[in-house]
Amino acid sequence: MVNGLNLAFQFLDSFAFVVLAAAGLAIIFGIMGVINLAHGEFILVGAYATTVSATSLGLPLPLAMAAGVLVTALFGVVVERVIISGFVPNWIGQRTVGRDLVEPLYDRLADSMVATFGLSLIMVQGARIRFGNSIDQIATPFGNVAYGEFSYSTYRLVLAGVSVALLVVVYYVFTRTDFGTRVRATMADEQTARALGVDTDRTYMLTFGIGSGLAGLTGALFAPVLSMQPTLGSQFLVEAFVAVVVGGPSVVLGTALSGGVLGAVNATVTNLTDSTTFGRIALLLTAILALRFLPDGITGFVERVRTRREEGE
Amino acid sequence: MSRDGISRRKFVTAGGAALVSGLAGCSGGEASDGATTDTMSSADTVKIGVLEDQSGNFALVGDPKHKASMLAIQEINNDGGIDGKEIEPVTRDPQSDNQRYQELTREFINEEEVDALWAGYSSATREAIRPIINRNEQLYFYTTQYEGGVCDETTFAMGPTARQQLGTVLPYLVEEYGPEIYTIAADYNFGQLSADWVKVLANENDAEVLDEEFIPLSESSFGSVINNIQDADPDFVMSMLVGANHTSFYEQKASAGLDIPIGTSTAMAQGYEHERLDAPAMANIYAGVNYMQEVPTTSNTEDGGFVDRYFEKYPDAPYLNEEAETNYFSTYMYKEAVEQAGTLEQPEVVEALESGISLGTERAPEAPEGEEVTLDGATHHVDHHMWVLRADEEHNVEAVENRKVPEQFLSETVGCDLREESEQTQYTPVDYYEEAE
Repeated sequence: MVNGLNLAFQFLDSFAFVVLAAAGLAIIFGIMGVINLAHGEFILVGAYATTVSATSLGLPLPLAMAAGVLVTALFGVVVERVIISGFVPNWIGQRTVGRDLVEPLYDRLADSMVATFGLSLIMVQGARIRFGNSIDQIATPFGNVAYGEFSYSTYRLVLAGVSVALLVVVYYVFTRTDFGTRVRATMADEQTARALGVDTDRTYMLTFGIGSGLAGLTGALFAPVLSMQPTLGSQFLVEAFVAVVVGGPSVVLGTALSGGVLGAVNATVTNLTDSTTFGRIALLLTAILALRFLPDGITGFVERVRTRREEGE
Repeated sequence: MSRDGISRRKFVTAGGAALVSGLAGCSGGEASDGATTDTMSSADTVKIGVLEDQSGNFALVGDPKHKASMLAIQEINNDGGIDGKEIEPVTRDPQSDNQRYQELTREFINEEEVDALWAGYSSATREAIRPIINRNEQLYFYTTQYEGGVCDETTFAMGPTARQQLGTVLPYLVEEYGPEIYTIAADYNFGQLSADWVKVLANENDAEVLDEEFIPLSESSFGSVINNIQDADPDFVMSMLVGANHTSFYEQKASAGLDIPIGTSTAMAQGYEHERLDAPAMANIYAGVNYMQEVPTTSNTEDGGFVDRYFEKYPDAPYLNEEAETNYFSTYMYKEAVEQAGTLEQPEVVEALESGISLGTERAPEAPEGEEVTLDGATHHVDHHMWVLRADEEHNVEAVENRKVPEQFLSETVGCDLREESEQTQYTPVDYYEEAE
């Protein structure tokens, strides 16, 4: 009984970590097709903005977290305008030499990877120069739940709840609203979407901003539980990419499913072997197997099964 | 296009000139030509190479080491240098990257021709550059606390060993709380060997290790580790966690309500978690170390003492850590040795160091950690003054025990004597103790 609870809590913990790690990337990489290697550093922006708002400005934690999300979203918009879409350099180019200076990085997978890798290096070192090798950390709220000889941090359970709510909201926004339809239309076929009157440029910018804001939210939520150092983003990167790729083409649903599968594997193996090492090995092994046998990810597989059944009928 | 090329070349020339004059300024030569400065400096100055991480993973712990070396060098220079020769520090940022360490070590030995080298935080770094050190018979000071056992003819391991650190804190905790221990350690050579030492020391102190868990350096979620500790229900935990990700353990165990006493050789003294984390994350944690900023010796805390001098030179520095003190006093030990040898020739200086340099005499300032710190010539290790320091609910640090602890493993168990026999080996406890297997 008690060990069952341990397993359940560890699963929720693992699930929340994978889902939150992947949330922003699901949109920027999954929907927009930009391999954002600076994803971890977007999380860093959220974590630092939250922590600094709480410690230096004295904001209460929820407000500090909101500030963290907002700062990261704005930062994302700036990155999109300057680096990804090249809007700013091209605007300057048009005014000075009368031509565009750069090509947008959309649909250029390898190029976006190099550009964002550079951005990530600049951001880590920039944070180090500006804030030093670490900043003071805020305490984790809410205390703990005790059961028998065991106890678990309540805040970690709250994170699991938040991650589920987040998935629901994102799913709703991207499938049930006009904005969501415009986003998907733009990503599917920019030319046609533009011909039908969608301001694709603006859609790109907003979508990137939302993706960044979600990464910022992850940073904000993890700010009280992680060590605040410039390299803190790197621990999210692997899980984030694995979750999005294993999830497959239906991004939000995919992230939820892969978060569930990977979280379950990680928690179960960690619990059985009493070793976080084996838990992590199992998680990555599952990802390898999933991609070997389900090259389109979990949702791609589901989609294929469904079409086959429909054809059978 | 051609205009572009010229301006770029101009830029490079100008930059190069600025660089050369910058270097010349450092070495104190008036010549504007880099080459002549170089030949001048090798005769008139002592060249000390300092490679400590100022960026990358280990910057948090490496930066104070760099600063403390610079402080010692400045003090010695202000006081007339080594045997009247000014020290010329040569430094570069290895960026916590072992490959860069190897390149820079080669460069420092072959091109800069440093008289002595201080380099590296992690054991992995030390082992990455030790072959280069050995090939060139370079005098090398490794100034981090480490797992112990390096018996090497030109390497001086000045930090305390795992046996010295754990051997100070573990018996204290057995006495205070009871004999059942749970070990958590970082999953690489340092953590594995430290965990072996916990087993050896548990055996020597009639205690028992209930279980041990090794955690990858990339792990930052400790839910299952905390549950495992609660399940085993030990009297205390020994923690040899390392690095930024592992720091999260302390906040997470506090928020999970795990309030067990924890002994450690790594937390607080290196990464000053008690200042960075909100109380009470580090409450009831006992560090077994040779030095922390809070060590209550006169030479450390008095007006104008070590702490004062450090923060006068670096007002914005966050903390003065364990390894910084080792960098500091080892620079003074080198000065002693060169003056005793009367030459910068490295074999002679090594011989002088092997004669057993001791700080706390009239000629040198005391080592901040205690009244007397002695270099053991046979093993190239230091007999440290060790402390048990405890953080309370408000993260105030108080010293609960202190004594002088000699290096034991190499001198008593292995029998390493570098004055008699040249070696380049690292010994591990597994080969000497059954319980470490």
